[in-house]
Amino acid sequence: MHCPKCHAPMHTYNRNGVQIEQCSGCRGIFLDYGELESLTRLESQWAQPAPPPPAAPQAYPAAPAPAWGAPHGGHGHHGHNRHKSFGHMLFSS
Amino acid sequence: MPAQLGSCAGIAVPGRAPPPSRGRHRPYPHPVTTTAPLLPALTARVRAQAHARSAACPCGAATLADRPDATVVRHGEVVAKAHAPGTDADALAHRLAFTARLPGVLLPPLAPAPAELHGRLVTCWPYGTPVDPDDPDAAPWEAAGALLARLHRTPAPATLPPMRGPAKAAAALARLRRSAPRHPDAAPVLRAWAALPAWARGEDAMPDTGTPCHGDFHLGQLVRHPTAGGPWLLIDVDDLGRGVPAWDLARPAAWYACGLLPPDEWTRFLAAYRAAGGPAVPPAGDPWPALDVPARALTAQTAARALAKAVAAGRPLDEVERCLVDACARMPSVAPGGPA
Repeated sequence: MHCPKCHAPMHTYNRNGVQIEQCSGCRGIFLDYGELESLTRLESQWAQPAPPPPAAPQAYPAAPAPAWGAPHGGHGHHGHNRHKSFGHMLFSS
Repeated sequence: MPAQLGSCAGIAVPGRAPPPSRGRHRPYPHPVTTTAPLLPALTARVRAQAHARSAACPCGAATLADRPDATVVRHGEVVAKAHAPGTDADALAHRLAFTARLPGVLLPPLAPAPAELHGRLVTCWPYGTPVDPDDPDAAPWEAAGALLARLHRTPAPATLPPMRGPAKAAAALARLRRSAPRHPDAAPVLRAWAALPAWARGEDAMPDTGTPCHGDFHLGQLVRHPTAGGPWLLIDVDDLGRGVPAWDLARPAAWYACGLLPPDEWTRFLAAYRAAGGPAVPPAGDPWPALDVPARALTAQTAARALAKAVAAGRPLDEVERCLVDACARMPSVAPGGPA
């Protein structure tokens, strides 16, 4: 078929399962009966909220620790400010 | 700048000197010379190596360490280390030869064999940039885990001596027994140590003799070479040898278990080790069955060292040192796991 506006040939494309005709000259689009509704329906599905993401992981997954380790899973004296004595220990035999 | 020095343990224990070396090397005389004549000679040696093409020294020398167990000096891009008095010459030569074969993992020496200077064995190394001791948060835990994994995946030549980790821990406990046997905090440390299997106390062969181990891993054992943006490499071959690879993971593991090392840093280190195929722990799941005995040993060693130093300084334990002793006190309630 030819474009009703500029009379250039129209080519058929498939967009998300909907057949549409696009003019090779002016790039105008021709929709058959019901195709606009199909595209609108697809658009509304696309805009629906995505399923909720899985629960946010903890900042650090709880790593296993030995039973003789510090209480509370090894959350002892570390913190934002590393203890000076431990800072030295990191570099010592 | 102790980070470049490598090992700072090597506590001398009277009566437990290394066995006499065999072959063409002779045992070093005891008592050895003090470091007074050694230091200028060592400095001259490293200066000669660093500035071989010029009589002028443009860099200024630096003594990186002058301890009873090691003297380390730097000139330019060359570092010379005088190893501990009584170091086994053959064993050091084998450790050096192995190191030279793993240049992407261990900083390679400048010469393939140790030299002798004032009765001490001397090795020369390229200078590498250490981890900044003032910024341990920038520690390259991923690189450390990957380097240890690559070391552990290397076949160990039969000539490589045993890893010295358990012997070093035993030396720290021996020092505690000598210096503060009746200190109230010594008892839980000695009890925790006594409950360990004989291999972990350095009194029996290790259950794994086919895996090369660093033997004394901590953040001071990593340098970048070349210095400007080069890859991280492991240094210090004094304790390198065949043994239980979990020992190399056990010091960070002990810090984590004692509540000192944040979980994320421990997790980064362990994950990098596993990602690089390290054989010391299973690739997934709970690593503690493999880590338990070495981590107990390293906790007891570190506690013993801290207590001996505190007693020598006439001060109480600080809160970090207290964490180590407290962990030792909790150990008897849980039987040691891992290889017996």
